Formats: sequence, C-alpha cells, structure tokens
Amino acid sequence: MPYPAGASSPSGRARVVLPRRDRREIAAIFAGGALGTAARAGLAEAFPHSATQWPWPTFTVNIVAAFLLGYFVTRLQERLPLSSYRRPLLGTGLCGGLSTFSTMQVEILKMLSAHAWGLAAGYIAASVVAGYAAIHLATALVRRVRVRR
Amino acid sequence: MNVLIWVAVALIGGAGSVARFLLDGVVSAAAERDFPFGTMAVNISGAVILGLLSGLALGHTEALLAGTAAVGSYTTFSTWMLETQRLAEERQYRKAIANVVVSLVLGVAAAALGQLIGTHL
Repeated sequence: MPYPAGASSPSGRARVVLPRRDRREIAAIFAGGALGTAARAGLAEAFPHSATQWPWPTFTVNIVAAFLLGYFVTRLQERLPLSSYRRPLLGTGLCGGLSTFSTMQVEILKMLSAHAWGLAAGYIAASVVAGYAAIHLATALVRRVRVRR
Repeated sequence: MNVLIWVAVALIGGAGSVARFLLDGVVSAAAERDFPFGTMAVNISGAVILGLLSGLALGHTEALLAGTAAVGSYTTFSTWMLETQRLAEERQYRKAIANVVVSLVLGVAAAALGQLIGTHL
C-alpha cells in the first residue's frame, strides 16, 4: 500500500517534478511530520538510556504511531469521504514522523555490539509483534464501529 | 536546550517526512509491484545514514538534529507495520513475512555498514 507521489498522474510514470496540486499535500506532510518528530525527540531527550537498556522511548513511539496509523488509514479509507489533506497530515506526516525505523536498527546494532543477544532478540520480537498487533487492533476497532452504525 | 533547537527539530522533522514521501513515491512508481519497496528503500537508506552518524561520534545537539530529527523522521516504523498487516490481510503471507525479515536483516546490516564507514571517516 505505498502511496506514490505521482499516483494521480494519468501516465502513471514516476515523476520527480512536483505538480501544483500536490503542494497542499506536501504542506500537510510537513506539518504532521514536524509535530510527530518534536514529540519523538522530546521523549528521547526526556528518557535517555544506555545501549543495554530497553529503549522505551523508541519502542513507545513506534507502537503508539502504529496504532494511530492503523486507526487513521482505516477510518479515512473506508469510512470518511475522500480528503486531500487528512491522510498526508495524520498518516504520512504525524505517524511517519513520530515513528522511526532507523533509530530502532541502530539500537539493535548497539545491543548486538554489546553482546546483549537476548535483549536484541526481545526488542525485535516485541516491536514486530506489538506493532503488528497495534495495526490489527486499530483496524478491527474502526471496522467494528462501522458495522454497528 | 533552547527553543531554537526545538524549532529546528520540528522543521527538520517536517522536511524528513516530505523526503520520505517523495522517495517512497518515486521507488513505488518505478517498482510497480504489489510489494512495499518504497518504504523499504526509505528505511534501509535511512539505516545506513543513521549508522554512519552514530560512527561519527557527534555532539549531543548535532546528533539530535541530524540523527533523531532528520533521519528519524525520514524512516518509518508505522508504515512498515501497516503495509505488513495489509499484505497478511490479503493472504499474501510470504510477502508479509519477507517484508519483516528482509527489512530487519538489511536494516541492521545497513546500520553496521554505515557505522563502519562513519568510524573510518
């Protein structure tokens, strides 16, 4: 489900040049991303941890962002009328900026370098299982509400 | 930690998110397959860059701006998980598992490669 920048192009070809109508979408992604990043960075600064401690800040933002993305995407795609800026603002921007893959990988690398094998395995497993479950749960929640109405 | 740094964190985070959107779009359109190559390309390239930054031994503020804000916002965990769950929902289990395993293996390898380059710079 990637959402290509050039999805609305009649030719369907990849374009690097930004069409005019996408400017609002880009602005929404920028605003959401700024907010999500500030929240994640604030949490990371407030709760520093060593390489061999459980990375609670990253783990927390990733699972919360996964839940929110599952909620937003399901609701916006299957429930609310099409909007030009909600998904880029809340999904691509806010949830994308709030969650991070690269920090998780570097944290795993540092755990492996410190020979904390169990911690690394536990962190990977917990992130994938909880992240997947969060998406699944949020999706089911939105769909259940829809059926009841 | 002053206000200016936090304004910079937010602005850089916004730019990182837009960069993710643009690269994802270009890669997804070029790949044109039912597999989230766009997110994978973003995440693996981000892991290389963050690994490199961690190898450079930057100061606290530099690491916050370049690492946490720029590369952190550029990569995404939530979309990776969403795309995995949607693949599984469509009973494309092999692709779902491949998306998780390949991202993790390449992600750690990319971070290690970046760190190796960073420590030798």
